[in-house]
Amino acid sequence: MTKNIPIAAAIGLFFTALYFLMAILAPWIAPYGMAEVVGGVWEPPSAEHLIGTDNIGRDLLTRMIYGGRTTIFIATAATVLSFTTGSVLGFLAAVMGGWVDQVMSRFVDLLMSIPSLIFALVVLSVMPVTVPVLIVVMGLLDSTRVYRLARAVAVDINVMDYVEAAKLRGEGRIWIIFREILPNALSPLVAEMGLRFIFMVLFVSTLSFLGLGVQPPAADWGGIVKENKDGIVYGIGAALWPAVAIATLAISVNLVADWVLNRTTSLKGGRG
Amino acid sequence: MSEPRDSLLKVRDLRIGATVYPPGEKPHEIEIVHGVSFDLEPGRVLGLIGESGAGKSTIGLASMAYGRGGVKITGGEVRVNGRDILKTSLSDLRRLRGGEVTYVSQSAAASFNPAKPIMEQVTEAAVRHGKFTRKQAEDRAVGLFRKLGLPNPETIGKRYPHQVSGGQLQRCMTALALCPEPDLVVFDEPTTALDVTTQIDVLMAIKEAIRDTGVAAIYITHDLAVVAQVSDDIMVLKLGDMVEYGTTDQIINNPQEEYTQALVSVRSIRHEEKQPTDTPLLQVENVTARYKGTKFDVLKDVNVELHPGQTLAVVGESGSGKSTLARVITGLLPPGAGRIVFDGHELTPDLATRPRDDLRELQMIYQMADVAMNPRQTVGTIIGRPLEFYFGLRGAEKRRRVQELLDEIEMGEGFIDRYPAELSGGQKQRVCIARALAAKPKLIICDEVTSALDPLVADGILKLLLNLQKIEDVAYLFITHDLATVRAIADSIAVMYQGQVVRYGTKSEVLSPPFDDYTDLLLSSVPEMRLGWLEDVIASRRMESAGN
Repeated sequence: MTKNIPIAAAIGLFFTALYFLMAILAPWIAPYGMAEVVGGVWEPPSAEHLIGTDNIGRDLLTRMIYGGRTTIFIATAATVLSFTTGSVLGFLAAVMGGWVDQVMSRFVDLLMSIPSLIFALVVLSVMPVTVPVLIVVMGLLDSTRVYRLARAVAVDINVMDYVEAAKLRGEGRIWIIFREILPNALSPLVAEMGLRFIFMVLFVSTLSFLGLGVQPPAADWGGIVKENKDGIVYGIGAALWPAVAIATLAISVNLVADWVLNRTTSLKGGRG
Repeated sequence: MSEPRDSLLKVRDLRIGATVYPPGEKPHEIEIVHGVSFDLEPGRVLGLIGESGAGKSTIGLASMAYGRGGVKITGGEVRVNGRDILKTSLSDLRRLRGGEVTYVSQSAAASFNPAKPIMEQVTEAAVRHGKFTRKQAEDRAVGLFRKLGLPNPETIGKRYPHQVSGGQLQRCMTALALCPEPDLVVFDEPTTALDVTTQIDVLMAIKEAIRDTGVAAIYITHDLAVVAQVSDDIMVLKLGDMVEYGTTDQIINNPQEEYTQALVSVRSIRHEEKQPTDTPLLQVENVTARYKGTKFDVLKDVNVELHPGQTLAVVGESGSGKSTLARVITGLLPPGAGRIVFDGHELTPDLATRPRDDLRELQMIYQMADVAMNPRQTVGTIIGRPLEFYFGLRGAEKRRRVQELLDEIEMGEGFIDRYPAELSGGQKQRVCIARALAAKPKLIICDEVTSALDPLVADGILKLLLNLQKIEDVAYLFITHDLATVRAIADSIAVMYQGQVVRYGTKSEVLSPPFDDYTDLLLSSVPEMRLGWLEDVIASRRMESAGN
């Protein structure tokens, strides 16, 4: 099953795994404490500080590792939330049809007509900015996109004769959604999942950069860019590290998603 | 062996390869046509016949040096008017295609550009190839329209493709192919997608057009009875190999190979008609139905009865309301008026309110077995689910019963863990039958179950259904447009036309004169496996209309 992984997917898989492992093992592999001031301001890379120190003298590598942990955790949780709500509601709308579908779809249209960043800023400015709130706000806002895709795919599948056969048999909605529709809708959804995860990473980074995301002293990649952005003027590259991290994570996750998509569509009887 | 010098098309040892993508393996090349040779002289018609996968269309397209996606001509030679078109330049090929050799595809609706009027498309190739000026080409097109029996030949060209019927559009496409005065026309299943009553007109139009213009033609079809009407020679193909090649007379009346004999004798199933019993299993009483949001009754006052263990065939053209009747009986479309009595009690109009036993006793088999099975479920799950759902069978017991059912549909061991994509077309339909049987139904609705299958495979399915009826004593409501199938398996017949039952009774009553006009038209349109049938039918129809 895993014998012939294409080279691109292998690279993607390697970096994705590396980032996730780093996130999970952060307290054990980080050389210093997360908020510990260990040196001067913006020290260049040295043996003690492999990629230098940040704007108040914390070890940048430590900040990056802890920051990755926060960013990846929030993005993963929000993606899972948006996929569960989005796809379950999308499938339900497709299967039930009629006014249920109309009401839900128009409501989603309404939400989507407001730019999600602005919407998130408004919500977060009136609510306490904690990690759970961030996850819920991001997850629900993003679930509108998943809903759209899930509904479109499910409407297609719902008219297949095998779904009709299940209805004639007297099957309930739960069986139709989870046993007839879900397995056939999985490959477009999985491909979308990789993409949405990356949007989540960018989203949380943007929010942190604007000051409404993860709050200091906790580290996250968007926050690290924000803390160190003034250094760019003086030719100090500390703010570029998180940017590189976000970019490499985005590319590698998408390489994996592409591969998964290819694999699932070429499965026996897969839908193209 | 002497080769005629005036051969228009000379194909020698044609080999064609294709790239296949088997699941879980590396894509690789296979050969799909293994060295086929034939000659075609001007004015002759060669019929290519075989089941799906025989390579008919591939060979047809190769005569214009074309291969569909992934298909490559790997060997042999194809000579048109003496030059080898496999080795010729691209600009020379451009002159050939649409100029010397033209093509008529199965679906005219999918081949015409819906945004342009028909005339523009019919004359395009002739004008582009510089054979005629636009004016000349249009005159020629009008002449062809007239020859092909299209209504209003002067003005039909101004219409858009969606403004003419399917049969007319297919004739327009024939005009398109004949317009640039080609030497050779490739007809790829031109009548397969049409109703029988339309097919006969198109067939006659094509035949007369070929005769009058003197072009040579390759006629591709899977229906031997059709090809017997139009071609001079027939080549029988099977899996990319030539099985038999001879004159039409020899292939139809004196086939040498076993495979050809099977093709000729297909649809020879005979079934003794059973007499109606006292208590019908299903009574459809005064049913009228329309689809939501429309103002048009698709079914008008339909009354039919079906007796236990018997077969009621519902026949008619597409759009006659056959499938709608099935949807009403199954409860997918609640009727506007009338009632359905099943096994002594009235069925509720809507599926959702029916008790589970009613659902169980009334099963359905679909036309396209491909989409009637969830591609992500194994055969074991597909057949096992009704067992689990209706009878609560689980584990080993369920598996044993699934295997019993597989034995019953003559498939045996080794299929239980396969996915639908790993089955052939006939096997898929068998699994669908097993799924219906698993519920121990009293009535199975068969909606065009053999229409998508090759004749020999369809024959096997019909035999199986008849056999199962004997063993399980199940009744069939058999929806079909194919009268040969009806003759083979029905006990009683309902002929539908525009939402009404125009003729209804036992098989012997319905199929014996005096006929009403529509049934007569329908019955006489079914191609028969003999030479000259087409001419006889057309002649007798002309006599009738002259007599009127």
